[in-house]
Amino acid sequence: MPGFVQYLYIISAGLFILSLKWMNHPDTSRRGVFAGEIGMLVAITGAFLAFDVHNWVWIIAAFFIGTAVGIPIAYIMPMTAVPQRTALSHACGALAAALVGTAEFYQRQANAATELHGFIMVALMIETLLGFLTFTGSLMAMGKLQEVLPQRPITYRNQNAVNFILFAIALGLAVRLILVPTDTFLFPFFVALSLLFGVLLIIPIGGADMPTVIAILNSYAGLSACAMGFALNNQLLVVAGALDGSSGLILSIIMCKAMNRSFTNVLFGAFGQIQTSSAKQEQRTVRSASPEEAASILESASSVIIVPGYGLAVAQAQHKIRELYDNLMKRGVDVKFAIHPVAGRMPGHMNVLLAEADIPYDRLVEMDEINGEFPQTDVALVIGANDVTNPKARTDKGSPIYGMPILDVDKARTVMVIKRSMNPGFAGIDNDLYYLDKTLMLFGDAKGFTSELLKELPARAAA
Amino acid sequence: MEFNLGLGLFIFMLATFIGLEVIRKVSPLLHTPLMSLTNAISAISVVGAIMITGSQGASDLSKILGFIAITAVVTNIVSGFLITDRMVKMFKKREAKK
Repeated sequence: MPGFVQYLYIISAGLFILSLKWMNHPDTSRRGVFAGEIGMLVAITGAFLAFDVHNWVWIIAAFFIGTAVGIPIAYIMPMTAVPQRTALSHACGALAAALVGTAEFYQRQANAATELHGFIMVALMIETLLGFLTFTGSLMAMGKLQEVLPQRPITYRNQNAVNFILFAIALGLAVRLILVPTDTFLFPFFVALSLLFGVLLIIPIGGADMPTVIAILNSYAGLSACAMGFALNNQLLVVAGALDGSSGLILSIIMCKAMNRSFTNVLFGAFGQIQTSSAKQEQRTVRSASPEEAASILESASSVIIVPGYGLAVAQAQHKIRELYDNLMKRGVDVKFAIHPVAGRMPGHMNVLLAEADIPYDRLVEMDEINGEFPQTDVALVIGANDVTNPKARTDKGSPIYGMPILDVDKARTVMVIKRSMNPGFAGIDNDLYYLDKTLMLFGDAKGFTSELLKELPARAAA
Repeated sequence: MEFNLGLGLFIFMLATFIGLEVIRKVSPLLHTPLMSLTNAISAISVVGAIMITGSQGASDLSKILGFIAITAVVTNIVSGFLITDRMVKMFKKREAKK
């Protein structure tokens, strides 16, 4: 490899780090994306100059197809479907790493003694294991997000034991291959087990845990690229892979904290299974209100916090909510949005959905910052959020969500909840918030009800 | 080139710590674009895929696997950067409103 290519790789690695650094604030984030693009361009240039490249037809054709597929994905994909796209791209990235690892393994058989020894084999095995596992795992996650696969966890008896045994077998094969790399007949079994393991890992995880799962898969995809760097002795791959790996790790830790769960609990806990037994059928009454009444309460409020949940996005109500926000702001009402870390289907998803509806980002407030404001707030308007507002998380030790940080919606002077029916949310837990004296239930779908509300709020804004 | 495990691990360790520090400071507002950006960056495996596909003695198997790999990661690079840009463009301050 010519020496200057190494310098191109160093520049590229530096640009990637800057790119992530600039993502820390919306003001610099576009610069961050740009730095990433240049970094990638430099890296690809380096890759082509690094050695005497053959088989140009294959490479150019692949670049062409990839670009032709990538551009429409980026522009057509609606923001609600970004989690699915992210899962899909984790799958693509992981598949690529796994296939490169596989190709390396067979390619190097000719010189196995010098090119497939010890640590290179360890790296290759990690690369292919993580790659194939993340590939099928991400496809499963995508299926769950797209709702072509059931959201509910799929469980069977001795699930964890079965998974563990399969994993042990895969690991055994890997060790055997590391010791005797020329046993090529074992490799397909190893690949099959890795693929299978990815599926088994995701099916017991419920839809509500998808934000965490996506983050973990993000981390795995990065680590497999990193392992590829070790196998190919390419430091740029190691750096970029490690950056991606640590990003996924941090995001999954944030997600776990936001749900008060541990990694092992998310992966092996099969959330959303057991609670049904504890449903004591005690009749509690709720107060409901018409759009007219709700509008007059909002009219007389001076501060409103809107608590959006994924239901809002499902109902495509973002733009109606923006109209409501504009209307109230024009009246001099202080309107903010309280964003729980797990609102939406992936980390930060709700922010993107609201930003798309042109709601300024300085109105989107994180949970820790806004919780202190609820007691001084006239109206908390909950739209499509459920479990993240459930006071049981604070008080009821028996509740499966006990200990989960929640938005202190119940501390606001008046609470209004737009909800289709009294059905419990993802976690299947009844929400005490709905039965408080100060809570008004506004039955209807998010978009429809908000439109009604807007009709009732007279347009005589700054009167 | 000589395979240097120690150096590789050293770089891995440093890059991980830089990653953890830098990413901890990313605003939760931008976690979704962050994930699509890191995803595009991890498509750096395109370098490895080019090495496999373009090597002189590449077998048919290597060419086919490499071809699929390049297609997959180029899709990630293109869609990843473009969609991240599309997302971060949406984040506007109040003053920016008409």
